[in-house]
Amino acid sequence: MTVRAQTLGEAGRPAASPLRIVTLLFLRAGVLPFFLVAALVIFSIAAPHFCTVQNLTDVARQSVYLVLVSLGQMLVLITGGFDLSVGTAIALTSVVSATVMVAAHGVFPHAEGLVIALGLLGGLCAALVIGVANGIGVSVFGVSPFIMTLGVQSVGAGIALFLTGGVPIGNLPDAFGDILGFGRIAGIPVPVLVALVAMIVMWVVMNRMRMGAQIYAVGGNVKAAHLSGIHTGRTLFIAYLACAVLASIAGMLLTARVNSGETDLGSSIALQSIAACVIAGVSLRGGIGRVESVVLGAFFITLVQNGMDVMQVGSYMQMVLLGSLLIVAVIVDQLRYRMLLGRS
Amino acid sequence: MTERKVPLVAMSQVTRRFPGVLALDHVDFELLAGEVHVLFGENGAGKSTLISILSGVYPPSSGRMTIDGEAVAFSSVSDARERGIAAVFQEFSLVPTLSVAKNIFLGSEPMAGPFIDHARMEREARALFERLRFDIDVRATVGSLSRAQQQMTELAKAVHAEARILILDEPTASLTEHETATLFRIVGEARARGVGIVYISHRIQEFAQIADRVTVLRDGRHIGTVPIAEATHKRLVEMMTGRASGDIYPAIRRPEAPATVMALRGLSAGTLRDIDIEIRAGEVLSVAGLVGSGKSRAFRVALGLLPISGGRVMLRNRDVTGWPTRKLLREGVFYLPPDRKAEGLMLSATARQNLNLGLLFRSDVSGAGGLSRSRMRVLTDGIARQVDLTEAFMERLTGNLSGGNQQKALFGKGFGQDYDIYIFDEPTVGVDIGTRAVLYRLIRDIAEAGKAVVVISSDLPEAMNLAHRLVVFANGRVSAELTGDAINESTVLKAFFAMDEVAA
Repeated sequence: MTVRAQTLGEAGRPAASPLRIVTLLFLRAGVLPFFLVAALVIFSIAAPHFCTVQNLTDVARQSVYLVLVSLGQMLVLITGGFDLSVGTAIALTSVVSATVMVAAHGVFPHAEGLVIALGLLGGLCAALVIGVANGIGVSVFGVSPFIMTLGVQSVGAGIALFLTGGVPIGNLPDAFGDILGFGRIAGIPVPVLVALVAMIVMWVVMNRMRMGAQIYAVGGNVKAAHLSGIHTGRTLFIAYLACAVLASIAGMLLTARVNSGETDLGSSIALQSIAACVIAGVSLRGGIGRVESVVLGAFFITLVQNGMDVMQVGSYMQMVLLGSLLIVAVIVDQLRYRMLLGRS
Repeated sequence: MTERKVPLVAMSQVTRRFPGVLALDHVDFELLAGEVHVLFGENGAGKSTLISILSGVYPPSSGRMTIDGEAVAFSSVSDARERGIAAVFQEFSLVPTLSVAKNIFLGSEPMAGPFIDHARMEREARALFERLRFDIDVRATVGSLSRAQQQMTELAKAVHAEARILILDEPTASLTEHETATLFRIVGEARARGVGIVYISHRIQEFAQIADRVTVLRDGRHIGTVPIAEATHKRLVEMMTGRASGDIYPAIRRPEAPATVMALRGLSAGTLRDIDIEIRAGEVLSVAGLVGSGKSRAFRVALGLLPISGGRVMLRNRDVTGWPTRKLLREGVFYLPPDRKAEGLMLSATARQNLNLGLLFRSDVSGAGGLSRSRMRVLTDGIARQVDLTEAFMERLTGNLSGGNQQKALFGKGFGQDYDIYIFDEPTVGVDIGTRAVLYRLIRDIAEAGKAVVVISSDLPEAMNLAHRLVVFANGRVSAELTGDAINESTVLKAFFAMDEVAA
């Protein structure tokens, strides 16, 4: 009875405290916590074996690739741009690394380690070309990120298809898939480890290093950053380059998982990564975004896909829901930005 | 002054061209160590260009610059910062999404190895504000601060840089008297340490307290440099305008009993509270107040550009509260936005195309066969003559015109149709003296033709000299309404800070 009376008393004050907590949580973390709770509740009710340790571990493992790409996408979004060519970076990495491995295997048939290393290096270089192209286009020539990355996306996809003729490249070294695709170290899957390392590195860079501070500043107000002596062009360039590198790492892991070089590995990842970031509170106006939230955002997207699979929602309907979710998140982002910066 | 010191900064024959504008024309400028040197001149006289060159924002087109007698050429802001130059611009160089502490240390973060030392950063920021005796939360996001607090953060950022040359562009524009005193104390301390300070201000009484010398610029040219002891108010204004003071403002006849055509009644929105303003036909109403006082916002709310939370807007005794802007404009209200580049003009279109936009809803222009090109041409030619926009400029891209000609084109949009109420928000910002005289005559003609005129202005002489009636805003409220002889600098300035005194 006393508890009840107290709650009523508090609710009677002008700023009811539960509402205040919800508002603060919304301002700090965005819509994500609310979406996450809603998804867990809905899927648990609809599909009893959704909320099992086994299934949630699977979701964590599946989300690795999207986590990596979203971290890169976050960098670019924080600078006030976006990268539509992350899928192409994955496809090129996959195709080029597979091609190099097959070719290198012909030259050094007994040095599997060397073959894999050369393949990964080749794939990384292909993605670097994409990152450099985006970075130069946006920072030197001032092309809008939309057009620049859309153009690069088409160019890269065309090259990947041209290189392979659309046919997957198989016959990769066994160790490649065994280690990067399915390997475990101390019981933890290798892809999960890679993602963990990437998360930690990104967190440190964004929160503890000067580079991170500069990326936030450029996105927050490019003129102010310039007047504070920050090399804004270089900062933009590095953001696009790092985004391509992270996508490339995801591409390598995916290639190892499917054990072949394929052109359609990242076909829907641009939309998914932007959705993951926006739902995680990364502002499309730049300057705002947190590493830990983005990881959770990518996890959320994968969770929703998994949940819909478990509920046997068809893949066409999944596209509809994912797109709607993104739009809702953007609308809520507008509201949050206005509340956050208060006075116009 | 027994021997000639080597000046801290010497700029000689510095020229800067922008497309269509000669912003600086062979200007000489000198700054000594331990000196407060005021730059004085009208909007558009070249002060901002001069300090932008000095702080490395852009290079001069020609001319030389030395620091400690040594020739320098800055290719970026960081170059200038390395030579000990820190600038506080009017447009803040703050990142709204970052905290106060992060903004102050932006570009020079304290490091522990490869990592930013956040604890030290906040500690030092707090110590800095204590030393400056500002009360501010160093963890707060800059975007959530008031304008005065942002101004202080900006200043702290410059002080933190331990500059030898400190540039302050209109630093008191959004400060109260008390905060201004704090600012002057800091400037005095910096001067005592041998820092050279370039100080841009319009407020003669104010800078007379701290200045050593004043350099006057006009239309991009160096008019003269005088020690403060010889710089009387009258002399400075004459140097600034190039004529005896007062004669750019025309006398405007006022009708006996002007009728109210539009009114804001108890208007509230955001930080605005209970705004009551009457707008009358044939009368010029000036609206003054500090930046951020709400003078512009009140009218933007009334015009449906910002959301309204309380009160009513009346137009010819009709309640038009919450009407969309488009409908109000069709009802005979003309609004001249304060930022012609962002809101007023299509910069990539010609001046004529911009004027055409003002004709779009005239019945004699758009008929069943679409828009009549020839009719529009005749009309825009007439408007161009009216606003004194030279024929040759009509076909030029608006973005390449000087500020003055752009403003004339913007005014011209108000003559495309017959409006009853003209609301001019900062009508002469960044405009040369000649154009201002033209624009003031246009305002007179409009008022004497029986239209209602509102002039919202941060330029106090302009607001006072044009006004039949003057309303002052302070902290989101109307703090005074003055008419006739009651309009003078001391009553108006007192009203600027009225609310602070009540609150304190």
